[in-house]
Amino acid sequence: MRSGRRVFGSLFRMATTLATFVGVVALLLLLGGVLADGVGSLSGTFFQNFASRFPERAGIRAPLLGTLWLLVLTGLIAIPISVGAAVYLEEYAPRNWATRAIQTNITTLAGMPSIVYGILGLAFFVRALDLGRSVLAGALTLSLLIMPIIVMAAQEAIRAVPHRVREAAYGLGATRWQVVRYQVIPAALPGIITGAILALSRAVGEAAPLIMVGALSFIAFTPETLADPFTALPVQIFNWVSRPQEEFRHLAAAAIIVLLVLLLSMNAVAILIRHRFEDRY
Amino acid sequence: MATIHEMKTNGPPPVLEVRNLSISYGSRPVVRDISFSVPGNRVVALVGPSGCGKSTLLKAFNRMNDLNPESRIQGQVLFRGQDLYGEHVDPVEVRRRIGMVFQEPNPFPTSIFENVAFGPKVNRFQGDLNRLVEDSLRRVALWDEVNDRLFEPALELSGGQQQRLCIARALAVGPEVLLMDEPASALDPKASQRIEELIYALKRELTIVIVTNNTQQAARVSDLTAFLYMGELVEYGPTDIIFTNPSDDRTEAYLTGRFG
Amino acid sequence: MTIPSPVLPGSRMSPSRGFGGPRDRKERLIHAALAFCAGVSALVTILTVLVLFTEAVGFFTRVSVWEFLTETRWTPSFREKHFGILPLLSGSLLVAGVAGIVALPTGLLAAIFLSEHAGTGLRNLLKPLLEVLAGIPTVVYGYFAVTFVTPALRFLFPSAGIFNAASAGIVVGIMILPMVTSLSEDALRAVPRHLRDAAHALGATSTEVSIRVVVPAGASGILASFILALSRALGETMVVSMAAGNSPQMTLNPLESVQTMTAFILQGGLGAMSFGSLEYQTLFAVGMVLFLITMAMNLASQWVLARFRGGRP
Repeated sequence: MRSGRRVFGSLFRMATTLATFVGVVALLLLLGGVLADGVGSLSGTFFQNFASRFPERAGIRAPLLGTLWLLVLTGLIAIPISVGAAVYLEEYAPRNWATRAIQTNITTLAGMPSIVYGILGLAFFVRALDLGRSVLAGALTLSLLIMPIIVMAAQEAIRAVPHRVREAAYGLGATRWQVVRYQVIPAALPGIITGAILALSRAVGEAAPLIMVGALSFIAFTPETLADPFTALPVQIFNWVSRPQEEFRHLAAAAIIVLLVLLLSMNAVAILIRHRFEDRY
Repeated sequence: MATIHEMKTNGPPPVLEVRNLSISYGSRPVVRDISFSVPGNRVVALVGPSGCGKSTLLKAFNRMNDLNPESRIQGQVLFRGQDLYGEHVDPVEVRRRIGMVFQEPNPFPTSIFENVAFGPKVNRFQGDLNRLVEDSLRRVALWDEVNDRLFEPALELSGGQQQRLCIARALAVGPEVLLMDEPASALDPKASQRIEELIYALKRELTIVIVTNNTQQAARVSDLTAFLYMGELVEYGPTDIIFTNPSDDRTEAYLTGRFG
Repeated sequence: MTIPSPVLPGSRMSPSRGFGGPRDRKERLIHAALAFCAGVSALVTILTVLVLFTEAVGFFTRVSVWEFLTETRWTPSFREKHFGILPLLSGSLLVAGVAGIVALPTGLLAAIFLSEHAGTGLRNLLKPLLEVLAGIPTVVYGYFAVTFVTPALRFLFPSAGIFNAASAGIVVGIMILPMVTSLSEDALRAVPRHLRDAAHALGATSTEVSIRVVVPAGASGILASFILALSRALGETMVVSMAAGNSPQMTLNPLESVQTMTAFILQGGLGAMSFGSLEYQTLFAVGMVLFLITMAMNLASQWVLARFRGGRP
């Protein structure tokens, strides 16, 4: 073999290895930088205080609680509808053009930019339905955003349930809903839950749609009813990064740490569930 | 033209009857114009080479073919005189009264107890569920083996045990007919034998129709045998006659192992 | 063996009812409810199109389509207003272009590494890491761009502004890198083993097999991943708002500040809003362009993938 080919081969191998580690290096830089910058600002008062013009007094109480509110609300709205849609598409829908259209629809919606969801939420929930710049409008907008994700994950989980389980259930005189409710969904549940948690963690990290729907960056209270104004961690981070003073950068980094810890916990739970219930049949 | 042997005239009345039944998947005919009847409390074996339509025919008895959107059916399937494909017949109810056991044991990924209890529960059983589960497990001679681990996963049982569990599960619903689609083919010989013994014992209360590729098994276990070939009923009659003195050459060829 | 009686005294099964009974009605209700859930997804698309279209129509009664498409200045908030989309479009394309240059080759090379050269152990370590990268919120990437990438860039190129497209583009590239790697790797893994074996048997080196056989075989999947990743880059909002700035200008120089379509819309959301005003409608006009471009790219990528799998999407 000519050495030219060999040299090229080794160079190429090196290139592919390097390329793979670009991502890893970037990740480490990012996390390291965030930690270094923000760890100093994490303190009890950081969690208790509201936003302020003065960095030494600013805290994430409002955004953190706002994020938690949004998390719960979005989950309550998005999960039932998405799972229902997935069940319909996998167990009830006839194999015709309409079903295929819905399926393509969902796949395409999964790729729609989050800010377009923001515009939609603004025009429809805030204005048309007159919900105003409320935490409910925010949750509804986020729900629309993550629904395609949950539907696709749930569909996969349902599809993974072997056909013989359904066959046995039908053979015993069960109706379609009984088969779905007592055999298919329970068997698919771990996959569905994992998918839902991962989708919610995507919602938790979103800022653009919430800004469009009216998340405020300077509120000194936490939501108490569905109609209240709100803010969220990503929005606050955006706001702090945009400020010229360097102290706010540190605060932003600290808030990022909190956000990442929240996301890490959610993802860890999802992965745990996936591993615990893998290959049950 | 099918050869239907004379059956004893004072035998039990037919529980199932098939009249000019044809089934096709899309445009492909699978069962062609079959007519015969199944007397009560007998075991009828459907035999024939792969692809002869015996499984499809079996599934017509409990409307499991309905689950396949491509299947088209013509003719009648009568259960105690009533056409199962009539206008106001609920397939779900049909399956309660005509049960099925499948080739691969397919217990639910739940506990042993829940497997047996599922049928009664979806049929809104209102009696003593624990007793029903125990009785069903006793009927398949599984109770002694599993009564100390009723709430453990059914999938941890051996293949033979799983299949007996599936039979118990089907029996718990209280069917009058039991359809068995090659119930022992996925099992080892010892487990297979236990299934045969079970069939023999069950026929006192049930009518059983069994599809099998194992002709010796058919000879051992059935009272009547139907030989199908390429979707048609070739010959049907008492098992001993079919096996020792078949009228059709094709029947003889198949049973002596020359094809299939 | 003895078998006790089949039906226990006192037990009751539901009587045969046939069609029309209460159980049947319940089944139909559930069927309808589930179909409704599925229909909601179709509704979202229709709703989006409607919303964008209605407000955009309002916009185009005040600004001509010709101006929108050909004018090279975008100054909606100046006294002398110009509404040419080209600066915003070029801003978006510039950032996406930089992101593409960063992510597409790197992602493909990484995919080749993972699918052809990495052992299972390494793959099991690296793939989750890449998934983590993909799960990081975009604001965090924005922070990264502003606090690390921009200063580093300005150190290397002193002419770079505080806001510049390159910084945003590089970070968006890192953001879409996992997507390119993951989808391309799927495409490469789907290439049947026997193609590789045949090439090896003919005396090709690993590299030659990768470049000349596997990559071409997986080309559709790889192309689809590229399109999808670029679409994602075009739709990105936070990183570009934080790092690329808000100066709409048509420039090919990535060291300058630009404004992307998404950044413009976000600015609108941050400001005061009066429903029905021209400013409000402008958001939707730009939103519609963004929507059309990204949806077209997503459909294109699905189409490419469908052809790859022989017609089955």
